[in-house]
Amino acid sequence: MNPAVAPADAERMEQVRRAAQALKQQPGALLPILHSIQDKLGFIPAAAVPVIADELNLSRAEVHGVISYYHHFRTLPPGRHMVQICRAEACQAMGADALAAHAEKRLACAFHETRADGAVSLEPVYCLGLCAQSPALMIDGELHARVTCEKFDQLLSRTGAGA
Amino acid sequence: MSATVFVPRDSAALAVGAEAVAGAIAAEAQRRGEPVRLVRNGSRGLLWLEPLVEVETAAGRTAYGAVAPEQVAGLFDAGFLVGGKHPSCLGLTEEIVYLKRQERVTFARCGVIDPIAVADYERLGGYAGLARAIDLTPEAIVAQLTESGLRGRGGAAFPTGVKWKTVLGATAAQKYVVCNADEGDSGTFADRMLMEGDPHALIEGMLIAGLAVGATQGYVYLRSEYPQAKRVLEEAIAAARAAGYLGADVGGTGRRFELELRMGASSYVCGEETALLESLEGRRGIVRAKPPLPALQGLFGKPTVINNVLSFAAVPTILARGAEFYRDFGVGRSRGTLAFQLAGNLKRGGLVEMAFGVTLRELLEDFGGGSASGRPLRAVQVGGPLGAYLPASRWDTPMDYEAFAALGAALGHGGIVAFDDTVDMSKMARYAMQFCAIESCGKCTPCRIGATRGVEVVDRIIAGVARTRQIALLRDLCDTMQNGSLCAMGSMTPYPVLSALDHFPEDFGSAARAKAA
Repeated sequence: MNPAVAPADAERMEQVRRAAQALKQQPGALLPILHSIQDKLGFIPAAAVPVIADELNLSRAEVHGVISYYHHFRTLPPGRHMVQICRAEACQAMGADALAAHAEKRLACAFHETRADGAVSLEPVYCLGLCAQSPALMIDGELHARVTCEKFDQLLSRTGAGA
Repeated sequence: MSATVFVPRDSAALAVGAEAVAGAIAAEAQRRGEPVRLVRNGSRGLLWLEPLVEVETAAGRTAYGAVAPEQVAGLFDAGFLVGGKHPSCLGLTEEIVYLKRQERVTFARCGVIDPIAVADYERLGGYAGLARAIDLTPEAIVAQLTESGLRGRGGAAFPTGVKWKTVLGATAAQKYVVCNADEGDSGTFADRMLMEGDPHALIEGMLIAGLAVGATQGYVYLRSEYPQAKRVLEEAIAAARAAGYLGADVGGTGRRFELELRMGASSYVCGEETALLESLEGRRGIVRAKPPLPALQGLFGKPTVINNVLSFAAVPTILARGAEFYRDFGVGRSRGTLAFQLAGNLKRGGLVEMAFGVTLRELLEDFGGGSASGRPLRAVQVGGPLGAYLPASRWDTPMDYEAFAALGAALGHGGIVAFDDTVDMSKMARYAMQFCAIESCGKCTPCRIGATRGVEVVDRIIAGVARTRQIALLRDLCDTMQNGSLCAMGSMTPYPVLSALDHFPEDFGSAARAKAA
């Protein structure tokens, strides 16, 4: 163990343990626990894995395997703003590839990455269910449809995600 | 007497500013001292008109759309609260041709009522199916389902009655009812719209399933990309519990049925039923080999009814109005209605519920109004990312399960994605392989390795490297994936790839054209 665990990390692990303890009696509790942790912390730190494994009486490999399997779960802190752009067929039919390229350039951030200053993360998403109003995206959990490059720039200044 | 104004809180409306419109209407009403009762309904499915605002008038509900927040003061000036004329006025909602031509059965209440309010749902026939089911034996409920001809609306089209009968016949201390709400196909949004617009129909369908097979616990497995559906379902489940429909004493019968909402975590394969069950059990969403069938050994190894949202949502109507009522819609072995979803490059995208048998061309042209871009339509993908791309010569095919199977295509969940003539079909074939590579669960080799090799082969075809040989290789690879994969992810990814190659050879260079000729 790292003897110099920062107090913030200790507090985080306490939250992880509380989340696991609150939900572990449910059948099939692992996904609800992981959601609960990510909702609170924004990601699932590597140090959470042994804590969850201990609470659920699973191996660390099993917990790690589940976290790494699902695209939704993050193991690194996300940027202060999260931009998720749909890359699926219906959005492609309405110019989503051009929008995606514009977004990468405008945000100075590639897909699957967080910009070095921590301001924004850019992620692909495969369908938001807004396929009749493509292209669609989500910024900080809020849905937007019929997004042109111009509308994208406006959304960034409105949400502060472009700063 | 206050006017009643409807502003949807369906995702499709929220994504184009419905929240701001609702806020502007409330503020303007207050400023003018005109009392307004604001109802946050679901969507009518006329998605090019969202936000679609409706007002209850003496003549019926009058629609205005698409409404921008800046137009709200003008709407008040025009007297929209009593159906006044305004450039955005569309007349009576029920008379809008797009809606009037439809056969709304499962979506009859969607966009009409307050989705949460149990009383609204009951007023339009809701929970009447459950009342009927309570009076029937489990065998009689299952017989109704079988007679209705309902087949699984998730895409596999397996007869729902047969599935339920298997679970009913299984002996176990615990059985489960699971709803597959992991609507991951691009071009589909009907499950989302139903859950956000009429969630009690899903809850009632699951309750009836519980009575039919003797299950006391249900789960809705919802994809994490649908945050609004999550909010609405949570509220509706709480309302159903408060009204005594869910819980220890379903509708005063002394029988128990609990329902819990569980969230997925972005894995396309979890839309496959056995992968979904693995995920619900807290593991990686990896496909199980069948048999055993989930109906016999499903969730936690117990007999489980697992159906799509729209399969469950069709059940209350079948029970309330009788199997014949439902069966009288449709053609051949495709009975009832399907919620077609018009998506991609179409002028009038939206949800069109019709009996099976309508043609693709009617949907694209009469409803969809042609392309949004104004350019000619060229290719249409039916049935999600695993569905075939069809050229104009196939658009007169009736939409039914057997007719599509005969084309080497699949209706799937009824999603229809249109592309105009700027589409590059070799790029779409590449994307199909790439998507499979991203989402493969990794359990079987043809899918896990085949998808990655598929991307490479398509890349070489696009680059013009030994094109004839590479196309032969791609066909061989598709054959392996189709026949050797464990589930639809690997076995159906060849559908979009081969259909693109067969119907649009000109996009794959001259060698492909020579081969297809």
